[in-house]
Amino acid sequence: MIDKALLDQHNLTEDEYRLIVELIGKEPNLTELGIFSVMWSEHCGYKSSRVHLKKLPTEGSRVVQGPGENAGILDIGDGQVVVFKIESHNHPSYIEPYQGAATGVGGILRDIFTMGARPIAVLDSLRFGPPDDPKNRSVMEGVVSGIAGYGNSIGVPTVGGEVYFDPCYALNPLVNVFCLGLADKDKIFYAKAEGAGNKVLYVGAKTGRDGIHGATMASAEFGKETEHKRPNVQVGDPFREKLLVEACLEVMDRGIIVGIQDMGAAGLTCSTMEMAAKGGMGIVVDLDKVPQREIGMTPYEILLSESQERMLLVAAPEKVAAVQAIFAKWDLDAPVIGEVIEGGRARISFKGEVVVDVPVDAVVNLCPAYNRPIVAPAPPPPAPDLDVLPLPADLGDVFLKILASPTIADKQWVFRQYDHMVQVNTVFLPGADAAVLRIKGSKKALAMTLDGNGLYTRLDPRTGARIAVAEACRNLACVGARPIGVTNCLNFGNPEKPEVMGQFEQAVTGIAEACRTFAIPVTGGNVSFYNDTEGLSIHPTPVLGIVGIIKDIRKAVRPGFRAAGDTVVLIGESLEELGGTEYLKTFHGLEAGAPPAIDLEQEKLNQEFLLDSIEAGLIRSAHDLSEGGLAVALAECAFHGQGQVGCAIDLDDAGRDDALLFGESQSRIVVTCRRANVAGLLKGAVAAGVPAKAIGRTGGTAILVRRSGREILHVPVDEAFHAWKDSLPAFFKVRT
Amino acid sequence: MKFGVVQFPGSNCDFDAFHALRNVMKRPTVMLWHKDHDLQGVDCVVLPGGFAYGDYLRVGAIARFSPLMQEVRTFARGGGRVLGICNGFQVLLELGLLPGAMLRNKDLKFLCQHVHIRVEDAKTDFTRAARKGQVLRIPIAHFDGNYYAPARTLRDIERNGQVVFRYCEADGTVTAEANVNGSMGNIAGIRNTEGNVLGLMPHPERASEALLGSEDGRTIFESLILSLERRKPARRPAAGKAARHD
Repeated sequence: MIDKALLDQHNLTEDEYRLIVELIGKEPNLTELGIFSVMWSEHCGYKSSRVHLKKLPTEGSRVVQGPGENAGILDIGDGQVVVFKIESHNHPSYIEPYQGAATGVGGILRDIFTMGARPIAVLDSLRFGPPDDPKNRSVMEGVVSGIAGYGNSIGVPTVGGEVYFDPCYALNPLVNVFCLGLADKDKIFYAKAEGAGNKVLYVGAKTGRDGIHGATMASAEFGKETEHKRPNVQVGDPFREKLLVEACLEVMDRGIIVGIQDMGAAGLTCSTMEMAAKGGMGIVVDLDKVPQREIGMTPYEILLSESQERMLLVAAPEKVAAVQAIFAKWDLDAPVIGEVIEGGRARISFKGEVVVDVPVDAVVNLCPAYNRPIVAPAPPPPAPDLDVLPLPADLGDVFLKILASPTIADKQWVFRQYDHMVQVNTVFLPGADAAVLRIKGSKKALAMTLDGNGLYTRLDPRTGARIAVAEACRNLACVGARPIGVTNCLNFGNPEKPEVMGQFEQAVTGIAEACRTFAIPVTGGNVSFYNDTEGLSIHPTPVLGIVGIIKDIRKAVRPGFRAAGDTVVLIGESLEELGGTEYLKTFHGLEAGAPPAIDLEQEKLNQEFLLDSIEAGLIRSAHDLSEGGLAVALAECAFHGQGQVGCAIDLDDAGRDDALLFGESQSRIVVTCRRANVAGLLKGAVAAGVPAKAIGRTGGTAILVRRSGREILHVPVDEAFHAWKDSLPAFFKVRT
Repeated sequence: MKFGVVQFPGSNCDFDAFHALRNVMKRPTVMLWHKDHDLQGVDCVVLPGGFAYGDYLRVGAIARFSPLMQEVRTFARGGGRVLGICNGFQVLLELGLLPGAMLRNKDLKFLCQHVHIRVEDAKTDFTRAARKGQVLRIPIAHFDGNYYAPARTLRDIERNGQVVFRYCEADGTVTAEANVNGSMGNIAGIRNTEGNVLGLMPHPERASEALLGSEDGRTIFESLILSLERRKPARRPAAGKAARHD
């Protein structure tokens, strides 16, 4: 008997239940209720976000596939497409960091290869509580090894990403995984079950009781009892996934299947229902034919299991033997478990009895969308009065502290655990502004980056979201890549709280505005709500994954100073802005003020100017200014250069010294060029309406900044380097 | 000459080795399937990096039983050239074609980074395009590259001059700091006593193109080509500019 308590367990409201009864014309049995519970969960049904996501621009000349499929697809010319997407695995990664993160990688890889693309790059956006707490370190170690364990083994390089630390992520870390694959445009596959009489094949791992209700778990707040949810986290087997990748790509290459879908969230339920719905067909499945790892599983458990490394294929009856032969070559079984039928119903049987009989459209497409109550986000705590905020006596000391703050410090400790070179395409190793991969046989290259600053978004969701888009594009511009498309992962708190929905609505608006300015389509993404544990919400954290193209890989530019004697040019305008900065947070212990202002049109002009200058061969190095401002950017240019070249900078701006060094004004890029090219570059900037000025010279062994002749920062590169380089490893020293 | 790259289930540097040999070194190269018994007449067998059979149980432990490995063993015993890279090296150890074993890296972490290795012996079929003492910059990417051998075996290996590569600093000095994974004697690569089988942890196929940051790995492939095409060492193949550190 279905009562309120049972509905609560399934995270369904009474209204939703009434709608289900109306749509299917009967009271659902327990198995059918379970199916609706996962398919109508926030995670699968996007019920709180859909009305807002409609604002995002999704069209563009390169778009082959926008939102709604497993991943977005963009045309990159020469008969090739890129297939890419980002997904969150936040909740599982807190409960069981290693497997949570590992299966996050496994899941997104399947989203990519299920469309016929070979995955060629993974990037991760990670957020943890501060590493001085052992619990946070243990979560971080688990997550990083989980990503490494899965990605390294399967042979897809993890080429970049970001790692942030803030107390708000201590009980709710964020693990967002981005994957990009490359495919021939004429060999894309979709999750469609077409053609009555075609067979449905199950391939990959056997179904067990793991991960039942994973999607539902990701759609509710966590309390103190989350440890009990450990069995809801799936266990990954990268070896099997590697076999699946090769076998699936082989059957797709041979063109002997009709459609293919991975079993991710909501497992067999989601894949069968979605494939049928997308093909406008019905489907019959015999659960007795589903390979099972455990005995005595009920239809409910088989249908809702989220066991990893499983795929569903549809093939014409006469092709089944050929498909099975390829899977056998890779030591994988591919039993037929069902058939595509006319009529739009899913009929699932178990031990000779029909246990599910529902219209697929109701399950897949008719999940209610909610325009949940919204209140405007609270204004940020006011910025400290700059007349009262004490100016630190020793800015060199502040500089070293900021370089050593975990969010800014070198992330090599993380990145060297990832195989970032396998597949021999990685041109820029992690640490550059964006990851750069060559395309074999072409002079074109791909660049990609992930960006998001949760603190900015908390202080002002709309501005923070605009900055996330702008900064990601700026990162691409710094390597010489023009952005072509966007995927996003929107990590927010409980959508039933009006202030959280307010943040969400504002952030989506900001993303939409920025994407329109840059004329880049959003091709998909993921919304992760309910990032609340014990009543505390995380910073609203939209993470933007943006892909770009470099026309000629030989012209790509790196962040590091190339040699002594080059001229340092600052593109963009420095304002006296300290709100939301890493400096305020690290040194003054304040998360306050408005984030830096952003003028999207000016940002675009600056980026276009940088790109044109790179393509004209004028730029020797380029690095964007972000957390930590000008001082940190100069330091990073020195560290990434050859032989740690220092610099001497002379500024004459107005305002406070700390704002000048550590302010995070947007739209700024520090570039170097040969002395002979400076005049031309600056002239070009004037013509393009871009503020730019020569601010100094590379060379020497220190990072030296003078303001109207007065030294305000003078730190040896080596000392700065060690502050930055040794910080993170020190937290993780093996204690014997 | 013709190269053959073995494909185990779980190999993931198979295409990379294939790319380096065929597209960069421009030599005929074929893939060899682990279930086959046919070496397709290749002159050199390359066991690529990856996680053969998931490296479950123990690295390289299951791969040694695959049908093709029985042919590779016979091929090696008959003097055929066999190059094991990373996981391929681990398989050669399990197969008994090379002495010793691999432990987890000393810090118990996977390590992916460029390292320097010093050529200890430039007379082998795998190093004849190099100079003795030459330093090569080649990336590693492994969890189990901490070379171990019992004291007596290690003594024999050293006495026979079977150590071909050692981890070192950029200037060639062999130091404890340069020994990132904790290998005994800083060992990065060894050969068998006959000199026709070599295993190394660094990935030469990842250091074969300037665009990717180093071409030093080509030295190993060029050496094999020199040896097997029976050219004189002085005559470099047209593609060669390996000896950058000369």
